Amino acid sequence: MTALGSPSVGSGTRPSRAGAAAASLARRPWGLYVAVAFALLLAVAAFAPQALTVHAPTAIDYGAALKPPSFAHWFGTDESGRDLYTRVVWGARESLLIGLGAAAVGVITALILGSIAALGPKPAAVVVDRFVEVMFAFPALLLALLLIAIAGPSAATEIFAVGLGTAPGYARMIRGQILGAKNSGYVEAATALGHSRWRIIRAHILPNALRPLVAVFALSVGQSIVWASSLSFLGLGVAPPSSEWGALLDAGRAYITQAWWLVVVPGLVIVAVALAATTIGRHLQTRLEKGER
Amino acid sequence: MSVTQESQATAESVVDELDWPATRLRVQNLSTAFRVDGAVRQVVSGVSFDLLPGQCVAIVGESGSGKSVTARSIVGLAGRNSIIEADVLEIHHEDVRTFTPRQWRRIRGRDLGFVLQDALVSLDPLRPVGTEIAEALRLHGWGDRAARKQRVLDLLERVGVPFPALRARQRPDQLSGGLRQRALIASAIALDPDIVIADEPTTALDVTVQSQVLAQLERMKARGASVILISHDLSVVARLADHILVMRGGEVLEQGSIASVLGAPQHEYTKALIAAVPSEATRGTPLSPSSAPFPEVRQRDAAASATQDAAPDVPVIEATGLVKRFHTADGTVTRAVDGVSFTLAAGETLGIVGESGSGKSTTARLALGLESLDGGDVRLLGHAWSGLSERKRRSLRPRISVVYQDPLSSFDPRWNVERILLDALRGERFADATARKARVVELLGQVGLSPDVLGRFPLRLSGGQRQRVAIARALAPRPAVIVLDEAVSALDVTIQAQILDLLVALQRESGVAYLFISHDLGVISHLSDRVLVMKDGVVVEEGKPDDIFLRPQHPYTRDLIAAIPEFDPASFAGHQNHSAPAAQEGA
Repeated sequence: MTALGSPSVGSGTRPSRAGAAAASLARRPWGLYVAVAFALLLAVAAFAPQALTVHAPTAIDYGAALKPPSFAHWFGTDESGRDLYTRVVWGARESLLIGLGAAAVGVITALILGSIAALGPKPAAVVVDRFVEVMFAFPALLLALLLIAIAGPSAATEIFAVGLGTAPGYARMIRGQILGAKNSGYVEAATALGHSRWRIIRAHILPNALRPLVAVFALSVGQSIVWASSLSFLGLGVAPPSSEWGALLDAGRAYITQAWWLVVVPGLVIVAVALAATTIGRHLQTRLEKGER
Repeated sequence: MSVTQESQATAESVVDELDWPATRLRVQNLSTAFRVDGAVRQVVSGVSFDLLPGQCVAIVGESGSGKSVTARSIVGLAGRNSIIEADVLEIHHEDVRTFTPRQWRRIRGRDLGFVLQDALVSLDPLRPVGTEIAEALRLHGWGDRAARKQRVLDLLERVGVPFPALRARQRPDQLSGGLRQRALIASAIALDPDIVIADEPTTALDVTVQSQVLAQLERMKARGASVILISHDLSVVARLADHILVMRGGEVLEQGSIASVLGAPQHEYTKALIAAVPSEATRGTPLSPSSAPFPEVRQRDAAASATQDAAPDVPVIEATGLVKRFHTADGTVTRAVDGVSFTLAAGETLGIVGESGSGKSTTARLALGLESLDGGDVRLLGHAWSGLSERKRRSLRPRISVVYQDPLSSFDPRWNVERILLDALRGERFADATARKARVVELLGQVGLSPDVLGRFPLRLSGGQRQRVAIARALAPRPAVIVLDEAVSALDVTIQAQILDLLVALQRESGVAYLFISHDLGVISHLSDRVLVMKDGVVVEEGKPDDIFLRPQHPYTRDLIAAIPEFDPASFAGHQNHSAPAAQEGA
């Protein structure tokens, strides 16, 4: 840590240049590169699915029904002969929208709850604290069912159901972060300088407490997509003919014995997206933590 | 001084009587390097010394000098990335350079005891300390369960832990710093190792506790144990050591018997190190050779007008009957501050000295209005202060500033030096951004920093630079008083000397008053015009430093002063040729 000012001496065991290059290649975060490349691909699928596909997502061809993966149909076809690859690509927009939307709802709700719990007047803070605890105790799936029963299944309901389900955990984390910043030496130093409370919150507490939020958001996207797909799979989300990934899973379930790919492929895509989001999130997190030290 | 001579005499007589096989530890030309990201960085080079029975070798240096690395290299704990080379490295005449981890484990604990600096992180937080100490015994197959239990109690008693049976059942977080440190020493000496390595064993401790810990090390020495003492504190070293190595930048600058090194230092750095120790005798003189001579003291009225205060005879701070209660976890109420009164005049330095838990820092926070009062009243420059709401206090805030012990945590980690200082200037109106920036540069100049640091982040500054930035920030609003809460306690002694010199110079220039909180009686007596001695939330004695230090009235003050390891380099001057028996110069 401290610079000692002593010259570094050469070492006899210095690896060769090629060895060093190989070592530095091995140190590269390949997982991250793959995740970022995959995220870019997803972005293309979401914004311009026609660029990645030749078929139409709803083009029915009963002659090619339930065909396994082949060169003509990379991911196989479904019971109506629709190309599964095309449907997965066209489903990306809705799936990602739900994932991102749910993550946004979750993190923003958490931000509001966490800030009130940490900075609000005592009665409000206590009420929010208890509320978050109750939310914790309440099964998230039950909450989702309740919302869907009230508002009917739709993408919007799904976004709110998943977002509100994940909010309590993040609210706790944000509350802790804000409290940590609030009790820090620099906040006391700013108080001693005579700065107003609002200015201290704006200049010191929020920026420092919310630094990890980017990472939290990325992690939350992965989690939300999995959750949203589960709801769709249970028939509580977006309904067919939408090709949202959870809905694809749900539709494929009926043919699981004849056409495994209808369940396995969308399942793998969901896993891959969640993995990519988590990888990026973790990387952001370590970068931020390193920056703090 | 008498203590040192006695201990030295005892140690030598033990050596003569028992005629132990001479050297316990031989080190010749030891060097340590670390592999960092493929590069090799040399951290320690050319260290040589011998350690004899009953002898204490001290390694003195500031942070980054390589003293701890040296000690760790000797016991094979320098870490995985280290490259240790030596011509000779023998423990009990065994060449340990080629030791396997298994061989090291055999001698650690049994032959080598290691006392680390930070007892809180060195002890397992989930285990009672008794279990922790017994563990060392168990690993080396010492006795049976009952015998080990008894042994733990004996050990705790021996290191001066009161109620050993109770303490053995407590976890580290339930013990005070002093007790933790003693528990750690107990575990290090559990198997009666004849070499004890103590790395800054008293650094975090109060002076009376430090005195007990040093006495314990002295007793071990008298029983024939050899001690390697790592310390930055010359007064601690002077009390215990026979032989001393002064290190800087990984190299030994000077070594020899304690008398020759402290009595007639040869190297400039050693001289600076000795001169940097603040005390009653150094008041009014610069401690650091790099400091400019102090400016003349300004006239009091000039000082008062400089701080924009109409009436110079109104005290800057007037505190009467301050009371602060805290509720502890078990529901009892403790009075952290109980009826403390003081006044601080313009341009004056009031020192508050006391041990941890004496309420001195709470008193400072009450004066700053950062803590609500449970009784009493603080007036700032004659205005109501403590009774006001924070919103109403805000207009007076620029008149009182604070500098903390740990400047790093008092800076927003996202801000660089320029932003930190600009932020402190918010209350002031400037013609334009250039004028504002000029004021920032002026502040840096006042604390002896160049404008180069403006763009740097506190994390990238040295400890001394950070504290200078903290002082610049405190000066920014042109305060009438700065509260310095242990502001120099975390600094190396030569850096501490520079900061103390800076504080004196700033006071003479600007007439600012200081409320100076410290546990260090030397620093307090060097700087203060008046001193309050606090214990358990009460002021036990108040007066001029001369009276407090030379004629203490209260028994507690007397204990406190008696516990300071006396450091008077002049007392060594007569012993230059009397070198300790083992004080062989390294190759």
